[in-house]
Amino acid sequence: MPTVHFTDAEGAVRDVQGNVGDSVMETAVRNGVPGIVAECGGSLSCATCHVFVREDCVSQLPPMEDMEDEMLYGTAVDREDNSRLSCQLRLTDGLELFVTTPETQV
Amino acid sequence: MGTHTAEQAAGATNGPATVPTRTGLLIIGASQSGVQLAVSLRALGFGEHITLLGDEDHRPYQRPALSKEFLQGTVESESLIFRSNDYWAEHNVDLVKGEHIVRIDKEADGSGVAHASSGREFPFRRLALTVGARARKLEIDGGDLDGVLYLRNADDALALKARVGDATDVVVIGGGFIGLEAASSLQKMGKNVTVLEFGPRLVGRAVGEETAEYFLQAHRSRGLDIRLNTSAARFSAADDGKAVAAVELQDGTVLPAQIVLIGIGVIPNTQLAEQLGLDVDNGVVVDRFALASDGTTVAVGDVANMPNPVPGSEPGERIRLESVNNAIEHAKVAAYSLTGRREEYAGIPWFWSNQADLKLQIAGLCNGYDQTVLRYDEERGKFSVLYYRRGQVIAADCVNAPLDFMAVKNALAKGQNIPADAAADPATQLKTITTDS
Repeated sequence: MPTVHFTDAEGAVRDVQGNVGDSVMETAVRNGVPGIVAECGGSLSCATCHVFVREDCVSQLPPMEDMEDEMLYGTAVDREDNSRLSCQLRLTDGLELFVTTPETQV
Repeated sequence: MGTHTAEQAAGATNGPATVPTRTGLLIIGASQSGVQLAVSLRALGFGEHITLLGDEDHRPYQRPALSKEFLQGTVESESLIFRSNDYWAEHNVDLVKGEHIVRIDKEADGSGVAHASSGREFPFRRLALTVGARARKLEIDGGDLDGVLYLRNADDALALKARVGDATDVVVIGGGFIGLEAASSLQKMGKNVTVLEFGPRLVGRAVGEETAEYFLQAHRSRGLDIRLNTSAARFSAADDGKAVAAVELQDGTVLPAQIVLIGIGVIPNTQLAEQLGLDVDNGVVVDRFALASDGTTVAVGDVANMPNPVPGSEPGERIRLESVNNAIEHAKVAAYSLTGRREEYAGIPWFWSNQADLKLQIAGLCNGYDQTVLRYDEERGKFSVLYYRRGQVIAADCVNAPLDFMAVKNALAKGQNIPADAAADPATQLKTITTDS
């Protein structure tokens, strides 16, 4: 099963197994990972599922579309080069993803 | 609806023990606000048992996709579920499905017993009403024919999905968010869709005139047949006398329809609050801390009529908001209240609606505006309207313009302004001209 390792802003780590095809956001929310808010449920409207992807994982992810790129300019904690909206990241077979959640999403 | 009898409910195998254990908080309504209330309470360290009770036979789920991705079949029902079963078990929250509360006995200290139509009883120490709203019915001839549908909950969406395959023509009644989202979805699914709107423009009071006009033109240019100032007179049946076959308009026009979808607004579910003797006026009247007039029951989300939380609103002004964002933020206020803290509503109300390739995001509330600024980038398909009151930006409607939306939402949250004259140039990024006002 794909696994996502969530590290929060204080450094606490939470490992969550997910299903292929689900998004990183869904996987987090369903299991109550506190650093992901996801008000809009994945419709790319709220920018409250912001994550920083560990540099060596970035290449495993699909490229960013314009709408995600624009939404990332409105995140509560400013974007970095490795920022993504986790609703746009689908789990693939065997994926091992390391992300850090920002201090706040709203 | 539950099928237990009172006798069964009292038995050992199927339901609570003869003397049911009292829950610390009974949340009636397994809705967005009900879920958020339970989650926020746990985050705040609320240690008592929580019962989250709903009248549907589904685990708590997200509604927004019902008119869009779920209807179109691009997301699975499992994706709409808020939390895993493990999450609820780990957080000492009992989910109760399929129970319809018909009466509540309550003491002055806020405790009481809720009675379900099944006969089951749910004793509680504190009570929360997150019961939402129901679809307003269109009472005209033929309104009870098969295929005359509404879209409020998962069962409604499943009923619509079950009929879509056999339908060629759909008439959507109501040009609001739900109607337009569903119409766009059904059009994308290859249906011949006509939208009837009773009023002179789309989306009623939720957006300003420029935005309504933009949506009208945008949908028409995408082939959607929208008829303003138009009402249905009656629905007529097919030869079997059961299924809807056509919509007859006031002017005598007849439109074929194997599905009629009605989205003409909602009515807050205040029946339990009325039975409890709580103040009710367009929803359950609550104070700034989500407390109803008895001072102990909280009412949250679509059902609550609350003091307008937006900074700068008129004193005494009240509002009932129907949105995901409000369900979440209002639930947080109620969670603080239930744990003995007084915290004001945080954040700026915002809304979204996705219709075809039109992504509408609304920040703030535009009521009482005295000036608008239009930002239109036709080439890039971006459209925004900023609303001002006495020179201060108070809201924005943004279509495919997330940067504008985010800039206005952030400015409102920080009490800043975006001067109108500088905002008028669509090439200017609003973020760069935001000022401390």
